Amino acid sequence: MNTARARTLLSGVWDFVVGDDWRAAVGVVAALALTALLAGAGVSAWWVMPIAVLALLVWSVRRAAREAARRPDA
Amino acid sequence: MSGPELGLALSVFLACAVEAVEALTIVLAVGTTRSWSSAMSGVGAAMFALAVLVLALGPALTSLPIDVLRLLVGGLLLVFGLQWLRKAVLRRAGLKAKHDELQTYAEQTAAARAAGKRPARVDAYSFTLAFKGVLLEGLEVVFIVLTFGANQHRVGLAAAAAGLAVLAVVALGVAARAPLASVPENTMKFAVGVMLSSFGTFWGAEGAGAHWPGGDAALLAIIPGVLLAALATASIAAPDDRRAWPLRRPTPGGLTRRP
Repeated sequence: MNTARARTLLSGVWDFVVGDDWRAAVGVVAALALTALLAGAGVSAWWVMPIAVLALLVWSVRRAAREAARRPDA
Repeated sequence: MSGPELGLALSVFLACAVEAVEALTIVLAVGTTRSWSSAMSGVGAAMFALAVLVLALGPALTSLPIDVLRLLVGGLLLVFGLQWLRKAVLRRAGLKAKHDELQTYAEQTAAARAAGKRPARVDAYSFTLAFKGVLLEGLEVVFIVLTFGANQHRVGLAAAAAGLAVLAVVALGVAARAPLASVPENTMKFAVGVMLSSFGTFWGAEGAGAHWPGGDAALLAIIPGVLLAALATASIAAPDDRRAWPLRRPTPGGLTRRP
């Protein structure tokens, strides 16, 4: 497989899983890392993910809403 | 059937039904305007490719250690689910166009007619469009079948739920002989986004080493919690007088105002 095809494939996989908001994906990874850190230290960590999901959803929608208002015809 | 298994079956069924409705519209458009036999060949080839993917990746995923699997798949499912949920919330808030199968059908039909004369035997246009439509819509279903199925070691149950959804949609499509415009597609997408995000949250945290209070029963709190959060976010993000986040919009004079 040549480089261009590999790049197209990787770009397709990225678009498919991550979509148009990579910050939300980074947020999920960071929240999972924090959960693992707390759990590894013996601290209760189940609450991290629900809070992270709520915050990421609101943040992501808020950004998209502002973008939609900047480009009303888009 | 346990609670998580019921959630698995329901999530996969809903996700697959939504994608099948979209694929059906494309197949109907090329089938009715050009060639049914070529369109159905494209559908068959795409279904075969999707089945091969499930058969190849399913056993590979289920052979991973459960904690690694839950962390990896939970994280992926959550990233994927948040993408679905974000789009669903934006559609509900009126900030993103809703799916309209009748409009898609009209566009696809016009494009199929404009694509020129079809040859006597195999119509490459019908085959390719049906193949691409089913494959692309089906990839999302394969992802959901594999992630949900592998996490609970029930790829078979997930695949059966997906198959049942396809059969139901095809039966409805044959009965209606038209795009399934009356299916509450946008509501179903909202529900799928909630389920994917909820299960991704649950499995991701477990894979990272957290222990949920009440074990599997925690899902009974997570799913309604995510649903309420999504509904509230959609309500807050809704435009005009209902919008809680003030937006700066350009006016004809070049100044901006706060609605």
